[in-house]
Amino acid sequence: MSATLLSVRDLKVHFDVRVGGILAGRYKPLKAVDGVSFDLQAGETLGIVGESGCGKSTLGRAILRLIEPSAGRTVWLGQDLAALDPKAMRARRQDMQIIFQDPLASLNPRMTVGEIIAEPLRTFEPGIGRKAVKARVKDMMAKVGLLPQMINRYPHEFSGGQCQRIGIARAMVLGPKLIVCDEPVSALDVSIQAQIVNLLMRLQQEFGLSLLFISHDLSVVRHISHRIMVLYLGRVMEIADREAIYARPRHPYTKALISAVPIPDPDKEQAKRRLVLQGDLPSPLAPPSGCVFRTRCPKATELCARETPPLEPDGSGDPHLVACHHWRE
Amino acid sequence: MTQVLEVNNLDTRFATPDGEVHAVNDVSFHIDEGESVGVVGESGSGKTQVFLSVMGLLAKNGQATGSVRYRGKEILGLPARELNRIRGVTLSMIFQDPMTSLNPYLRISRQMTEVLVEHKGFDEQAARRRSIELLDRVGIPSAKDRFDLYPHEFSGGMRQRVMIAMALLCEPDLLIADEPTTALDVTIQAQILELMADLKRDFGTAIIMITHDLGVVAGLCDRVMVMYAGRVVETGAVRDIFYRPQHPYTLGLLNSMPRLDEKGVSALATIPGQPPNLQALPPGCAYQERCPFVFDRCRREEPALRAPAGEGRAKACHLESLPAERPKAEAPA
Repeated sequence: MSATLLSVRDLKVHFDVRVGGILAGRYKPLKAVDGVSFDLQAGETLGIVGESGCGKSTLGRAILRLIEPSAGRTVWLGQDLAALDPKAMRARRQDMQIIFQDPLASLNPRMTVGEIIAEPLRTFEPGIGRKAVKARVKDMMAKVGLLPQMINRYPHEFSGGQCQRIGIARAMVLGPKLIVCDEPVSALDVSIQAQIVNLLMRLQQEFGLSLLFISHDLSVVRHISHRIMVLYLGRVMEIADREAIYARPRHPYTKALISAVPIPDPDKEQAKRRLVLQGDLPSPLAPPSGCVFRTRCPKATELCARETPPLEPDGSGDPHLVACHHWRE
Repeated sequence: MTQVLEVNNLDTRFATPDGEVHAVNDVSFHIDEGESVGVVGESGSGKTQVFLSVMGLLAKNGQATGSVRYRGKEILGLPARELNRIRGVTLSMIFQDPMTSLNPYLRISRQMTEVLVEHKGFDEQAARRRSIELLDRVGIPSAKDRFDLYPHEFSGGMRQRVMIAMALLCEPDLLIADEPTTALDVTIQAQILELMADLKRDFGTAIIMITHDLGVVAGLCDRVMVMYAGRVVETGAVRDIFYRPQHPYTLGLLNSMPRLDEKGVSALATIPGQPPNLQALPPGCAYQERCPFVFDRCRREEPALRAPAGEGRAKACHLESLPAERPKAEAPA
């Protein structure tokens, strides 16, 4: 874990949303991702957590340019991805793949498992022969825990967990360096979720993959990630090593998130003092001034309304960054 | 303690073009006044169907047999008119997705006052006052001003609060909550769980919490019922179930959950394989294919729910007790 694979600087994704009446309406920017920066090392898993609407999925897609970023730089092994023309970008996609939340919806129902997994191969390695394709598909199926004799079946014949394995095989077949995992286990039952998490961790070790693991489930993220980034309304609130963020959360939002997760242990859970946040996520069309979290923050002051807190080191010497005026208190 | 609800030998079958589906098999349990019981299981375990059967809300192709007694009175199979005197009055149910349970065409005010006028004979003004009081109670800010809004004008967490307020209108003595927080973000889930704990304390409402999240159960419930393939496989006090699980499936579920309060381990313990097909259950124990402790008898004979592990708890497993060490079951990950 040394080489920086991906370096994201001040990435912004703004959507123009029409507000107001049909005739008098005008466009307002919805800042889904608003100035996110981070580095991802080879072989590292960065967990991205936040509640719905915090921009975590948009961020994952913007990095792959599945959604065009509005501003900022995404540097992949020293090369700025935004500067690439579509053809060059397509070639780069061999190295970066994505798996989705809804395993069945992300598979073409009219293609067999074999065709689905082979499709990236046919796109990127057109010269490859039929036999070689089949061999690689079967090899990949075995690696993700699917029986190779299922190669001619269709997605609807599989359960949710197995469909997610198919999605993983499709992402893995080109031997990528980075996989963006967008809520890959959220739709699965607990027992199946554990199988998929283990599979991803095993594949990562075996192939030295980097993962961007997007999830709203803090327990799963803690289990799989090396570092964790907490997003709120498109901004980074805190980013730190896994153990640091759970042992020493600095940001009030991180603290509230962690305390909100129910722990499957009656004594601990019933004794726990929960830090309950008031209210809902504000509309991303009209985010609060200054710190975006201030409307729900127990520590908010007038300073928070005036000034956006910068993302700065917490001074512990670890790479622990926090964006809050009051985290020291 | 008085029993609010007593269910005996409940079976629920669905007729489908591919044959009969055995969604609920021989389920028996009871709930006392003021008690909260967690019902845990994965999708397809029949946990929702048990309570839809209880409420008489099964889909048209479903048929429930057995006995459901509400305060001693048999209610299974009652005609809708008689059921409606209980449903929503003393027996209320809330669902996972509040948007699909609220009528999108009617204002919240109309949907709430209707209940009181219909069931309690309130006049319109009194019904409004009482409804607003309850919305305040469940934590809707400026409830008075929002009373005449439509459901889509509320956020997901607020809609779930409205649902809870509606369920409480007639002061039920049993509230059945079917995954009430699954569709919500964790910070909103925390608010709703806090609210349910308050209700239990302040009103003494008995609560049945149907969920797949063991953490939710740990915080709120006195007793737990674990379901698998339409059967109750283990039941007991919450601390017994979490600290001394006796059924291999309960143990598997607990082990496969990543936990926020523990340092990450290299790999999660998993339950291998998939839940069984309810149309073609194997003879013997439904969990046999995934169980690390399986032996001959499990494949021949279906285990009955019995109590080898002491007072107040029962399990459906041929093993007398779980071996202290979990056998190495190499899961095909």
